[in-house]
Amino acid sequence: MKLTGKAHVYKKDDINTDEIIPARYLTSDKEEELAKHAMEDLDTEFVKKVEKGDFIVAKENFGCGSSREHAIWALRGSGVKAVIANSFARIFYRNAINNGFLAIECKDIADKVGNNDELEIDLKKGKILNITKDESYSFVPLSEFALKLIGSKGLLNYIKENKGIVADNV
Amino acid sequence: MGMTITEKILAKHAGKESVKPGELINAKIDLVMCHDVTTTPAIDMLEKAGMDKVFDPDKVVITPDHFVPNKDIKSAEMVARIRRWAKKHKIKNFYDIGRHGVCHAILPEQGHVIPGTTIVAGDSHTCTHGALGAFSTGVGSTDIAATLATGELWFKVPETIKFVIDGKLPKGVYSKDIILTIIRDIGVDGALYKAMEFTGSTISDLSVEARMTITNMAIEAGGKSGIIEPDEKTLEYVKSRSKEKFEVIRSDEDANYIETKEYDASKLEPIVAFPDLPSNGKTMSEIEKMEDINVDQAYLGSCTNGRIEDLRIAAEILKGNKVKEGTRMIVVPATTDIWNQAMKEGLFDIFTKAGATISTPTCGACLGGHMGILAEGEKCITSTNRNFVGRMGSPKSKVYLASPAIVAASAIEGKIADPRRYLK
Repeated sequence: MKLTGKAHVYKKDDINTDEIIPARYLTSDKEEELAKHAMEDLDTEFVKKVEKGDFIVAKENFGCGSSREHAIWALRGSGVKAVIANSFARIFYRNAINNGFLAIECKDIADKVGNNDELEIDLKKGKILNITKDESYSFVPLSEFALKLIGSKGLLNYIKENKGIVADNV
Repeated sequence: MGMTITEKILAKHAGKESVKPGELINAKIDLVMCHDVTTTPAIDMLEKAGMDKVFDPDKVVITPDHFVPNKDIKSAEMVARIRRWAKKHKIKNFYDIGRHGVCHAILPEQGHVIPGTTIVAGDSHTCTHGALGAFSTGVGSTDIAATLATGELWFKVPETIKFVIDGKLPKGVYSKDIILTIIRDIGVDGALYKAMEFTGSTISDLSVEARMTITNMAIEAGGKSGIIEPDEKTLEYVKSRSKEKFEVIRSDEDANYIETKEYDASKLEPIVAFPDLPSNGKTMSEIEKMEDINVDQAYLGSCTNGRIEDLRIAAEILKGNKVKEGTRMIVVPATTDIWNQAMKEGLFDIFTKAGATISTPTCGACLGGHMGILAEGEKCITSTNRNFVGRMGSPKSKVYLASPAIVAASAIEGKIADPRRYLK
């Protein structure tokens, strides 16, 4: 599976869920509603710039803070296809997998990729191709379990398909 | 090789003899806690997936708290939806207005937290309940939906970092100062994906409530969970609230820890986490060398520090003093029982005479919900747990995290202040 899109680079650690979707908007859980405010407290211009299929690139501990899955929904609703960062906060990562949303761990990516660079993510090979700069970077391949959840388009579908949450052989 | 308390609880709930960090398991869940913000989407998901069922209504506790009492029509609709759903599934443990309060304060207070059990909730501060020796962790709405339907959830067994805290806490230094010091030390991702186990003579000396302040903030270091082995105080606390029988689980002597960190409590100082991260701690002696930090608001409440002991500490400092003109002090007892207790003890008299106001229990302004939102340029000293950009209101406001004692002293002086001068 290959995905192509433009990078929005934030050279920042600890981008938190309050920045991704402020609590004042949590009275809705509709993606299109949340999407209007994606990344608002970090970058008010983000929603104007983002296009369908784009990627967010950041540094350490992306998505720290609250357990709000609204953070994933806001990003997905805004068109973001994947977040690529050095590392992710645990609940955000879990929510991403559970939603079949891509959270990709790639070392020092924010220092290598420029804003608006065109990237291609090859999930199978575990490689990110920077088309603009003609460079390529390896990322930590997603676990077999994560790939299964993404393949099923999320945890609930996976449960329905498998009549259980985690097969013993995972 | 022995196991940590976390590994033992997870092994038991996965039906295994033993588990190792990194292993992916499916664990039975003993308790699911639901609140207004993250449960409504979970209900929608279950209905959409044709899985609208609850594995065991007695293992579900519902505590609307974030925007409660409903702050607007949308939040009213969310709670109304949960109310209908709870009725349909015959969920009895519903803490509606009149019994309401902040979820993580209600859960242990009302005897729902049992040592050695597994607890999940759609709230990051679910790690609080590790203070009673449970494996308790925050998850998202999809996980809540999955757990409600199946009574199980997948976990990667976490590695454990052991924090040994020994010695007597100096006057004016509390459990909040311990955890803010630890987070300053290891950073907001210092325990990423890991269990944080707290032990040592200082932890033993703390009340069960004070221990909750420590485990509550495990997530602020990126932790999956915070946990404290049950001791006599824990057992007494639980047995006075629940008739449930349970096995006391403790870490093995030869358990494996990825790291052990030691702290001398007697050397700790009151500490304040400056904007915009909980790891940005400055001790009182560092603050004294800075220019004054004036505060527009002093907030006492939340799942971190809104319990009766916290209110007593603040009242001791505020007694006979006045909140500085130009500073607003808001006191939010975390639960209805705490509210009633504080009133009975005369703490409300002290607060109101000092010029503070008292709110009904709610998560309220802690997450920038309602009941004390900050304007652009305002600064707030608060006993809560998170000080990210815009956390309590305007993205251009600033949040300083501290103990209830510092909050009270700062309210009196209208600037971040050392509480020790107000303590006998």
